[in-house]
Amino acid sequence: MSSPLSTAPRLRRARALAGWAYAAPTAVIVAVLFIAPLVLVVVMSLHKWPLLGPARPNFPANYTKIPDDPLFLDSVLFTLKYTVIITVLLSAVALGLALLVQDRRPGVGFFRTAFFLPGAVGFAAAALLFYGLLNNDFGPFGFLGVNWIGSPNMALTSTILLVLWRFAGFNMLILLTGLQAIPVEVYEAARADGANRWQIFTRITLPLLRPTLALMLILSITGSLLAFDQFFIFTNGGPDNSTVSMVMVVYRNAFFRFDLGGAAALSVVLLVVLVALNAVQMRILRGATTR
Amino acid sequence: MKYYSPRLALAVIFLFPLIWSGWASVQGPEGFTLTHYRSIIGFGEGLATYVGNSLALSAMTVAGTLIVATLGGYAFARFQFPGKNLLFLAALAILMVPYATILIPLYVLLDYVGLQNSLLGLSLVFVMFQLPFALYMMRNSFEAIPREIEESALVDGAGSLKVLLSVLLPAVRPGLVTVGLFAFLASWNDFFAPLILLSDGASFPLPVAVVSMTQRTFGAIDYGVLQAGVMVMAIPCLVLFLVLQRHYVRGFMSGALRG
Repeated sequence: MSSPLSTAPRLRRARALAGWAYAAPTAVIVAVLFIAPLVLVVVMSLHKWPLLGPARPNFPANYTKIPDDPLFLDSVLFTLKYTVIITVLLSAVALGLALLVQDRRPGVGFFRTAFFLPGAVGFAAAALLFYGLLNNDFGPFGFLGVNWIGSPNMALTSTILLVLWRFAGFNMLILLTGLQAIPVEVYEAARADGANRWQIFTRITLPLLRPTLALMLILSITGSLLAFDQFFIFTNGGPDNSTVSMVMVVYRNAFFRFDLGGAAALSVVLLVVLVALNAVQMRILRGATTR
Repeated sequence: MKYYSPRLALAVIFLFPLIWSGWASVQGPEGFTLTHYRSIIGFGEGLATYVGNSLALSAMTVAGTLIVATLGGYAFARFQFPGKNLLFLAALAILMVPYATILIPLYVLLDYVGLQNSLLGLSLVFVMFQLPFALYMMRNSFEAIPREIEESALVDGAGSLKVLLSVLLPAVRPGLVTVGLFAFLASWNDFFAPLILLSDGASFPLPVAVVSMTQRTFGAIDYGVLQAGVMVMAIPCLVLFLVLQRHYVRGFMSGALRG
């Protein structure tokens, strides 16, 4: 007996039509709110496009002036520095937390929840929380006498504390899914062969965790390169523009300099770099998965 | 003890900022007080306005995401039609594109269609950002249902929409909860998209409104009121997360997520 889902051509055509109807809302959203803006951002980058008033073509001015913007160049270096530091620290902390809560002892659920709970709070709310927490007149750490956002290095350090607090549990959860996918038998066999804990970690856990670690790294790198909230809300780019990220410059060009064309050109550059980076990382990730 | 003490110490470190913020929001010079909450009620356009905006925004985003992703997931799991794979890949590609890259042109685009400074326009943008995860999740949910269940209904002459609503929808409920939870957390908490797409203070959702408290150029910042604002934003998320934790973690297990 043939299945009713795959019979006569007429029926199949009707099913295809129904399929299209159900997919139509998705298609409209993707076309209008994703493809169209992608085309528009390229078009905008080829024009002098003020916030108000008519646009006129000026290619390639929006692109050629990018190297002339010292704040943008500084922001590229700063964002790269931030990305490297955060990615290293975040993976170390997240991996440590995941290893601490991977077994099934009583109470482990409480620890998992406690480590993750900051991740349930919105990032903007978390940044505002730290804005008060690390204020020496108001917060509980005034007695330490540390000026948390007084110098460029301290502002970066404080921001890193904020991001670690907010995202460590989130990344722990990702790594935990990878850890739990490693069969218990593998550990048992290693222990039977006399491997110690360090050998088990470096020879079994880490290699088998590689695909999950790679996914975590991709998310961390992409997220950090696009950092905005933490620097806009918590340090406000200061002191002395020392914590201005790339996306903050895009935002400033668009809405403080009213130069949407320039902001669009920066966006296109950012897009190309990120898509290329994602492609490279995907390839590495796939390599790690098939190994 | 050797097992529990380091974990307990870390748990204290992670929970401390949240507990401190809650404590600071009810702490005045003479001990316990609700003045910070009383002052935040009258802040700017009034707390009720901002909470209302956030609720409307989240409700529209959750509803929109659920409708689009349910229909789309059904289509991708159960139907063959030309362009199917291309459309699915295009929707997943949303993950690859930086937030800022797409928000600058959306600012112009929403203006063209008269949706600038509108919560409806913003919620549609959130639906778009949620789409890769939501669609992936719902497609997998539909694929996990055995085909025999709907085939018997189809043989009985029910249309595909009737099968979806009466037979399949109850079966994909866990997926719907996960997708709805992610959509709520994203739209309730997002700061960057409303900052760019909304210009009128009366339409601000909570995060933009409370942040604006810190960025006023004159007048001292009242840190106690600020922490009350943090609590108003955080408590609904904390409660929802604690209640629906299982569904949140399943979202992680499915592997498709965005940081």
